[in-house]
Amino acid sequence: MSGPRRAAPGGRARVLLGLLLALLMLLPFVVNPYLLSVLTLILYLAYVGQAWNVMMGFAGQLSLGHSLYVGLGAYVSAALFVHYGVPPALGFLAAILVALVFGAAIGFLAFRFGVSGVYFALLTIAFAEFTRIGFDHFDWVGGSGGFFLKVAQRDYNDLVNLRGSPEMFYYLLLAMTAGCFLLCHRLMQSRIGFYWLAIREDQEAAQAVGIDVFRYKMLAVMLSAALASLAGVFTAFFNNNLFPFQIFGIEKSIEIILGPIIGGLGTLFGPILGAFVLTVLAEGLRGTMEALGVVLPGVKQVFYGICLLFVIMFLPHGIWPSLRRRLGLDSDGRR
Amino acid sequence: MSLVVERLDLYYGDAQALSEVSLEVGARRIVAIVGANGAGKSSLIRTIAGIEKPRSGSIRFKGQDITGLESYRICDLGIGQVAEGRQVFPSMSVQENLEMGAMIPRARAKARATMSRVYELFPRLAERRGQAAGTLSGGEQQMLAIGRCLMGQPELIMFDEPSLGLAPALVQEVFRTIRLLHEAGHTVVLVEQNVAVSLKLADDAYVLENGRIVMSGRGEELLHDDRVRQAYLGL
Repeated sequence: MSGPRRAAPGGRARVLLGLLLALLMLLPFVVNPYLLSVLTLILYLAYVGQAWNVMMGFAGQLSLGHSLYVGLGAYVSAALFVHYGVPPALGFLAAILVALVFGAAIGFLAFRFGVSGVYFALLTIAFAEFTRIGFDHFDWVGGSGGFFLKVAQRDYNDLVNLRGSPEMFYYLLLAMTAGCFLLCHRLMQSRIGFYWLAIREDQEAAQAVGIDVFRYKMLAVMLSAALASLAGVFTAFFNNNLFPFQIFGIEKSIEIILGPIIGGLGTLFGPILGAFVLTVLAEGLRGTMEALGVVLPGVKQVFYGICLLFVIMFLPHGIWPSLRRRLGLDSDGRR
Repeated sequence: MSLVVERLDLYYGDAQALSEVSLEVGARRIVAIVGANGAGKSSLIRTIAGIEKPRSGSIRFKGQDITGLESYRICDLGIGQVAEGRQVFPSMSVQENLEMGAMIPRARAKARATMSRVYELFPRLAERRGQAAGTLSGGEQQMLAIGRCLMGQPELIMFDEPSLGLAPALVQEVFRTIRLLHEAGHTVVLVEQNVAVSLKLADDAYVLENGRIVMSGRGEELLHDDRVRQAYLGL
């Protein structure tokens, strides 16, 4: 016997997913550039949210410093490109490698020495902050003055060097998000997914049944770090500029975790739904305020806070679990 | 001998939890470890299980030194534990909880057969196999915890306060189950605050006080020992 197995998502869920994917593939043909940028932002938050969800949602390890891996991925791939002409199609491997090393270091320190819960979360913040300060003084990549990629207008899309139109970036991100979704789906149904669930629900009990808790927690952190670093590669080549205070900032880490928390922690679809809801509401708010001519700095953060409060008070498991029940997709229990 | 513990010292930071604890558990015997709250009973179990790492001393299981081994290795050598407080995985179903118990290499091949055996032993679990473990009653959760432990094919089972928080009728059932498992060939280490019952059940017993073994002997002997009767039975 190869261990417990969850039923694969029912036919209905498959059809809905297929429709969603088709819709997302067609949208660039009909939307204007502004809406395309909003869609890209949604996908970006969905992707990094899913990456973070592997660690917290699946394995129950709270990281409040996930901007660390995004930033490392961004800087490593950008620096290789700018200084040595290494295309991101290769550079992403280095980005993953560096993120893995950092993830492994944090995981090893924490899990070997029994750092858990709030202290573990603090450790992740500390690593992100130290790295930010380090990069502020890292002149090879521009220090606090920022690091810039040459913006070359091309009339063709170059996936190897990640130079091209917003549509190309959108489709790349869509592929990444779909790939991440599939990977997470597979993981949740695998033995590993059950080990993570056991660790999340009761680490002592997981130990008592003979799960190598250290190993599977390390796996969660490293996988989550590697996935997040790819979001960094995307960001670097999409925005063409990197500032340590922006990319490593705690605000970024918070932004990463809001989607999955609001959408539904530990669920597959939660991060995507959360990213969608948050971004659409935030953009709507921004548009309304612009139209009214109101300027309030920091209103987005306040708004995020209100969303979070609302969800924690009324939908503590996130939007997706209750929506799923209403859609009759709940064949699969908690997932 | 199944399990031999020699001069075990365990510290939490600077606080000493176990001090030169030595004990022997014969194969197919029931050995009770009794003592007051905070005497170090759970610490001892957790150290044998590999969850806590002793500062000094040794633990041997069937002649093999297992001191300081990781808990998942100790599990796979055939030492199972039913931890204090009925630690089941609440959102997993009864069946999934049992399956989790058979993830270690030694148990995988026999999982199906063992599960039938567990359902025979606890028919109530069979009735509730699809139900989330968190929704079971306290007694059912304790049965599930025992069943899950059995799924790992343990030779030696350590019970940490299995009667804690259960109604008297259920306590009887838990002890009856322990006796059954013993008769089926398992070696049992039983940690209990319920001194009278566990001494009656045990072949051998140890009394733990402030992290030290202060008394040992046959279960019956200790049951009639004046010091035990005064300190633990209130007689």
